[in-house]
Parts: sequence; C-alpha cells; structure tokens
Amino acid sequence: MTDATLPVAELAKTESPWKRIAAEFAESKLALFGLAVLVILLVAALVAPWLSPQDPYNLAGLDIMDARQPPGEISAEGLRFLLGSDGQGRDMLSAMLYGLRISLVVGVVSVVASLAIGAMAGMAAAYFGGKVDALIMRIVDIQLSFPAILVALILLAVLGNGMDKVIIALIAVQWAYFARSAHGAALVERNKEYIEAARCLGLGRSRMLLRHLLPNCMPPLIVIATINIARAITLEATLSFLGLGVPVTEPSLGMLISNGFDYLLSGVYWISLFPGVLLTLVIIAINLVGDQLRDVLNPRLKR
Amino acid sequence: MLVFIIRRLMQAALVVAVMSVLVFVGIYMIGDPLAILVSPEATELDREAIARSLGLDRPMWEQYLAFVGSALQGDFGKSFVFGQPAIGLILERMPATLELALIATIMSVLIGVPLGLYAGLRHETVAARAIMAGSVLGFSLPNFWVGLMLIMVFAVQLGWLPASGRGPTVDVFGIQLSFLTLAGWKYLALPALTLGLSKCALIVRLARATAREVMLMDFVKFARAKGLSEKRVIGVHILKNIMVPITTVTGLELGTLIAFAVITETIFSWPGMGKLLIDSIVHLDRPVVVAYLIVVVLLLVLISLIVDILYSVLDPRVRLGDAK
Repeated sequence: MTDATLPVAELAKTESPWKRIAAEFAESKLALFGLAVLVILLVAALVAPWLSPQDPYNLAGLDIMDARQPPGEISAEGLRFLLGSDGQGRDMLSAMLYGLRISLVVGVVSVVASLAIGAMAGMAAAYFGGKVDALIMRIVDIQLSFPAILVALILLAVLGNGMDKVIIALIAVQWAYFARSAHGAALVERNKEYIEAARCLGLGRSRMLLRHLLPNCMPPLIVIATINIARAITLEATLSFLGLGVPVTEPSLGMLISNGFDYLLSGVYWISLFPGVLLTLVIIAINLVGDQLRDVLNPRLKR
Repeated sequence: MLVFIIRRLMQAALVVAVMSVLVFVGIYMIGDPLAILVSPEATELDREAIARSLGLDRPMWEQYLAFVGSALQGDFGKSFVFGQPAIGLILERMPATLELALIATIMSVLIGVPLGLYAGLRHETVAARAIMAGSVLGFSLPNFWVGLMLIMVFAVQLGWLPASGRGPTVDVFGIQLSFLTLAGWKYLALPALTLGLSKCALIVRLARATAREVMLMDFVKFARAKGLSEKRVIGVHILKNIMVPITTVTGLELGTLIAFAVITETIFSWPGMGKLLIDSIVHLDRPVVVAYLIVVVLLLVLISLIVDILYSVLDPRVRLGDAK
C-alpha cells in the first residue's frame, strides 16, 4: 500500500500538514502570544513544587499570625509574601501555582475524556445511522438544550464533592458538544470516496472508524477541545466557588477566589484578585490559541 | 405553525417526564433529609412520625408516583425547610430572577449591537480592534470573579453601590420590580452588569461577523447606488439583517442567563430562585430542587418556542412547518 501512495505524494510535492498548520498559526502574533503565555503557565504549574516559596498543603508550616498579610509583607519566618497571604496565613503565590495545577488537570482530563466519549458516540451515530443515530443524537439535543452550569450543578449535588466527581460532572456536561460536532463531520466524511475505497478493501468496522473516519473528523474536534478546556476550567472554578467543587484542602483557583470573598468586604482584596487574574490569563491564552486554530483548521477559509 | 407548536410541546412534555425521573432518582440518592430536619435529640418515634408526615418512609417508586400524581395537579410537595408549597416558593422568587436576566439581556444588546456594528463596518480602525480585544476579555473573564471585582471597586473602594440585596421594590400588579426607581437601579446595576458582560461580548462578536457579511451583499450595494444616506443604509438595511441572528442568539441565551443567575444571585444575595436553588441543595430540600428544575425546563422550552416563532416572523424565508 505504501509503495502505491509514495509516488503520488512526491508528485504532488505537498508539505506535511503539520508544517502548514504551524506556519499558518504563526501568522497571528496574538495567537503566538497566547501560546507563549500558555506554555509558560503550563511549565509553571508543572514545576510548582520547586517554584513556589512555600508548600501550601503543609498545614503545619502555616502560621495563623501571618493570615491576610498584604502583598510584600514579610512573614514570621522571614518569607516575603509577594502577593500577600490568605486567611490561613498561606502564601498566595504558592497557593496559586498549586491551584493552577488543579485547574489545568481538571480542565485537560475532563476534555480529553469527553472528546474520546463524544467523538466515538457521534461517529458511531453517523456511521451506523438508523435507530442508533436517532437515539444518540436525541440525547445530545436534549442535553445541549440545558445550560451546562445547571447540569453540572445538579450532578455535583447528587455525586458530592471531590476532584474526581468534578471531572465526572464536567465530562457529562461536555461530551455532547463533541458528539454533535463529530456527528456533523462524520456525516460529511462518510460519503467520501476514501471511505468507500476502505470499504471495498473489506476493512473491519473498528479500523474504518478509528483509522479512517476519526482522523478526518479531528480538525473541528481539536478546535472545540481547545476552547472547551477554557470552558471546563471556568466551570470548575465556578462550581468550586459555589462550594460544590474541589475540596477545601486542595484549593483550585476558583476555590482561592471563593475563600477571598469572605474577606472582600473588609478591603482584603488580594486573596480574590490575584487568583482571578491568573485564571483569566489562562482562559484568554487558551481562547486566543483556539480562535487561531479555528481559522487555520477551517477548510472553508483555506486559501 | 400549529402542528409545529403542538409537536414542540409534546417534545417538551417528554423532556420534563424524563428529567423528573432522573432528578428524582438522583436527588433521592443524596443524603438523608431527616438528618438535617430532625434535631439530634429527637426520639426514634418522633423521627418516624416526621418521616411519615413527609412521605419519606415509603419506597422510592411509590414516592415518585405520589409526586407525579400531585405534580400533575400543580402540587410539587411542600418544602422540607419552609413548610410551604415548593412551587409557591419558586414562583414567588421568579420575578426577581427574570427581572435580573431581562435587564442583563437588554443591557448587553444595547451596548453590544452598536459596538459590534461599528467593529464590523470599520474593521480596520484602532477602535474596532480595541472593541474586539475587549470582547475577548469579556467572555474570557470568569463570571463570578467579575462580580467580586465589581463589589470590590464599586461597593468597597468607592462605596457608590450596595454590595448585596435587592433594596426597595415597586409593587406592580402583585409583582415586585426594582427597575422603576433609582434606588432599585442601584441594587440592580452590579448584578445585571456581572450577568450581562459575557453575553455582551458574544453579541459584539456576532454583530461584527454578521455586519461584515451583510455589508458585502447586493442589496446593500444597491441601496448605496440608489443614493440612500449612509445613515439609512446602516440604520435600516444592515441593522435589520443583523437583528435576525442577534434575536435568535439572545433569546436562546436567555435560558443560560437564567441558569447563570444562580451564581450572580449567590454573590449579590439577590433574592431570586437561583439563590433558593443553592440553599435548597445545601439543605437537601428535595421538593424545592425538583420544582426549580421543572420550572426552569418549562421556561427553557417556552423561550426556545418563542424564539423559533420570532425567527420565522423576522425572516420570512423560514417556514416552521418544514422543521423536523
């Protein structure tokens, strides 16, 4: 098979699609900036234990006398609180770096899982058609007619608190977006010649779906996945803010903001302000990257 | 049209039925409301008496059937916490939520459409780029954090606006409304702004994208060629065509806004049904949670029905009868 395709590829002199995508992506300075910010934040979250001045989970290392110190103040142990300290005397910068980790993990894990589930469901619906199609897509329609926040809220009320439960709720909320998009893409791809060719070759169903249909349905799914990581992070933060998200002992960015709410009216602004700025930065960076990806991967805009 | 409406209502009934089962089973699984409702010192006999009075001693399917039976008669059971009919509690608080959501929507359209129109028509200018950058910020900012920051600036630092509550209301035909008085607006301003911000950003982007498309259409060129003033071309011909998608999206987003009001109401202690939902989830007040969801589902169905009908009125090319 490879022997037959090689000369054709050489004739067409096509460069690899990744190179083209990278080159087109780089055309937007704003998107590059977003990507740079995102990479920096990812690295910061990854090396948080080495980067942060204090271990925010080690409650023994905290001193209640240090609580609510304004930015720049020096703690009892001579540590400088660059961004102030929270209600328990925790260094905000350290807590934020660890919180960023949790937010990113929740966002990425839930999106990858819902991408896998949604893509399979959507493609299966399009590929098999008939009753399967009607059933899956009707569930998707019904779910998408509900605001995501409400579905997640009720699910978490039923499931209880915890990071794993937040991730489950986020998957339950998000899979439908991927299913709908994969369904749409697969309906178009299904009738193309390469699928017919693959069918003529007598390939098995799973091979057809996974090796031939899936790669060609991926571009729109990647775009949705990028944007949905931002949405998932926001949603997690919102749920944590309402007290239905991650546990208090391992605060995500949303939880930190929520903790600061208690002190906001007495003028202690930094506990809510800085985690929110970081959260916003993450979301803007992801949205900028996602916007540009949408333009690059959209076949209708291809020059 | 009538067939379409009937079909949609039947779909809605199905959704409500499925939802009620899911919610009922789900809510049934969480915690024991008796643990919260009955004081720890109560005797076993008292506990049983209370369980019986609330119907909590019967098996789940029996409770569900009893619930459906009375729900069909408009009775969603009594709140465990307040001891009043759950549906009454929800309806009592609904005007506050709807007022907040509607004001937020109107604000976001009034601000978003002109900005988006400008950004679309003069998309090369610095101002247009600033508007677009602002819109990225607008929908990237986490809703609840915006609320906190607004409180910080306008209530704590500047002291201009109150941080929580609804303040004085005016009674109009038995419905309490805030937007009729200046004092009411003071309380309304921050929550409505918080709620409307991301919608405003969405509308800006939508208006810009549509304006850029419509601008290039033949009828716009024709209107210009006919010698119409720029004001009329933009104000009538372009704006009219922009309003079709704006109306659809705004209408459909109204449902999301009502859901998101849960957060805004929690932050600003706005006495709407969203805050009631959160309180009821915390107190395991099952009848109120179920009643809230059913009311919201009906509201969402109603909104999307109205939007569809409105869409066919605004855009004569759309025929509802053909819709599947």
